Amino acid sequence: MKIYLKIWRQDSPATPGAMKNYELDDVSADMSFLEMMDLLNESLIQKSERVVEFDHDCREGICGQCGMMINGRAHGPLTHTTTCQLHMRSFKDGDTIYIEPFRAAAFPIVRDLKVDRKAFDKIIQASGFTSASTGEAPEANGILIAHTIAEAAFDAAACIGCGACVATCKNSSAELFTSAKITQLALLPQGQVERADRVIAMVDQMDAEGFGHCTNTEACEVECPQEISVLHIARMNYEYNRASIISH
Amino acid sequence: MKQTTIQYKLVMAGTGLFLCFFLVIHLLGNLQLLLPAAEAQEQFNWYSHLLAGNMLIKIISWVLFIAIIAHAVYALILAGKTKKANGAKYVYDKRANVSPWNSRNMGLLGTVILIFLVIHLKDFWYVSDFTTMGLDKQGYKDMYSVVVLTFHQWWYIAIYELSFIALGFHLLHGFFSAARTLGLYHPKYVKLVRYTGWLYTAFITGGFMLIPIVVYLNN
Ligand code: HEM
Ligand code: SF4
Ligand code: FES
Repeated sequence: MKIYLKIWRQDSPATPGAMKNYELDDVSADMSFLEMMDLLNESLIQKSERVVEFDHDCREGICGQCGMMINGRAHGPLTHTTTCQLHMRSFKDGDTIYIEPFRAAAFPIVRDLKVDRKAFDKIIQASGFTSASTGEAPEANGILIAHTIAEAAFDAAACIGCGACVATCKNSSAELFTSAKITQLALLPQGQVERADRVIAMVDQMDAEGFGHCTNTEACEVECPQEISVLHIARMNYEYNRASIISH
Repeated sequence: MKQTTIQYKLVMAGTGLFLCFFLVIHLLGNLQLLLPAAEAQEQFNWYSHLLAGNMLIKIISWVLFIAIIAHAVYALILAGKTKKANGAKYVYDKRANVSPWNSRNMGLLGTVILIFLVIHLKDFWYVSDFTTMGLDKQGYKDMYSVVVLTFHQWWYIAIYELSFIALGFHLLHGFFSAARTLGLYHPKYVKLVRYTGWLYTAFITGGFMLIPIVVYLNN
């Protein structure tokens, strides 16, 4: 099928960018979206033009690298899907597709569709971990965890840090991402020691990175490839209030 | 100490819920206006007189005033932070497809409410506290006649009705959002709050919308 593309091109963080038009003739419905992008880049190479740069790694929906805004939606028209798991069968012959980078002040554009998501790492570095002295591996059954609690913590841990929640949020809030980590560790016995300090430090970092607040529109959960629940945000608020009242 | 975005939201939720609570009391009192004209005049004027002379009501009205101002000011501050956090706009934006429109337009709905409040305070608070008013048979200020006179023209009723619709959409999102902000995360209670929010919104919006129409028809 024939596809018309309008893609954001920007040489460097400092230079202004603009949408540029491209056309592709032989796109197969079975191609993944990223394969379609590869096809475009091959044609650009043949014309000795600079390729469209975009992030990707696993191409199987688990690394969270492939973030882009497709037709005004994070990761494209499907819900709960990464860009690499989107296929061209979601589009029709003759369609025009707008492709832009995820936009938020905290996610500066590196080049074209590539953005710098270091701000997420900073939030995790602030306190998204548990401290333990190294030494011999502890006995596996030394700390008992109920199956339901373990599963709930796993659900929260499923976040792949793709940034779709920020990109789709009208406030560019990182609360879904941050709350998933806070909930995961608040649920587990290993997370209890630093529980109060963690939520305070991570929320402070979230603000310091320049992310916005949460209005509870719940758009993030719809676009999240891992279906991270917005109730984690409420849980983070609970943890924050608890920490503020009890220990800070 | 610098406030975090979560603390800002806590102020919005606290003031918002206080206003939600006030609306219940305000509506229950005003439902007396639904009575037939003669009875309504007697009852409502007595009720207004009772409130006007009460110190507690005076204090609450000041708290109310502060809550509205704080709620609006914090909304404005958060809107400023959002503008900064968003950075560049999308060229093609269809993000609105995945969230309810009222949740995205709380500021717009709030602004309509704010403008309405100015009109509303001028209509009743200003008239009762700063002008000389006629007295009824009991010797109380005749607030009921002020209400009747206000809801005399259809376009004035329309302003009130439209404002109540804006309020309704604000409450529909605000009520459950405030519970989330306070940290209510258990799925069981989250559902309960959603349903309560719907019922609350229907009661408040429906009740207030009924009053101008019934007063108009009764006179
Ligand atoms: C009777 C009047 C009002 C009531 C009962 C009310 C109630 C509420 C409640 C309960 C919330 C939810 C808070 C949360 O998400 O935690 C809220 C949010 C909000 N209100 Fe109001 N409100 C009223 C008037 C106003 C006015 C006058 C304005 C504006 C200027 C306003 C602007 C907002 C905004 C912008 C939000 C969303 C904040 C966000 O981004 O999360 N409200 N309101
Ligand atoms: S919460 Fe979901 S949308 Fe947000 S970064 Fe994690 S996986 Fe991506
Ligand atoms: S490339 Fe890894 S999730 Fe898409």
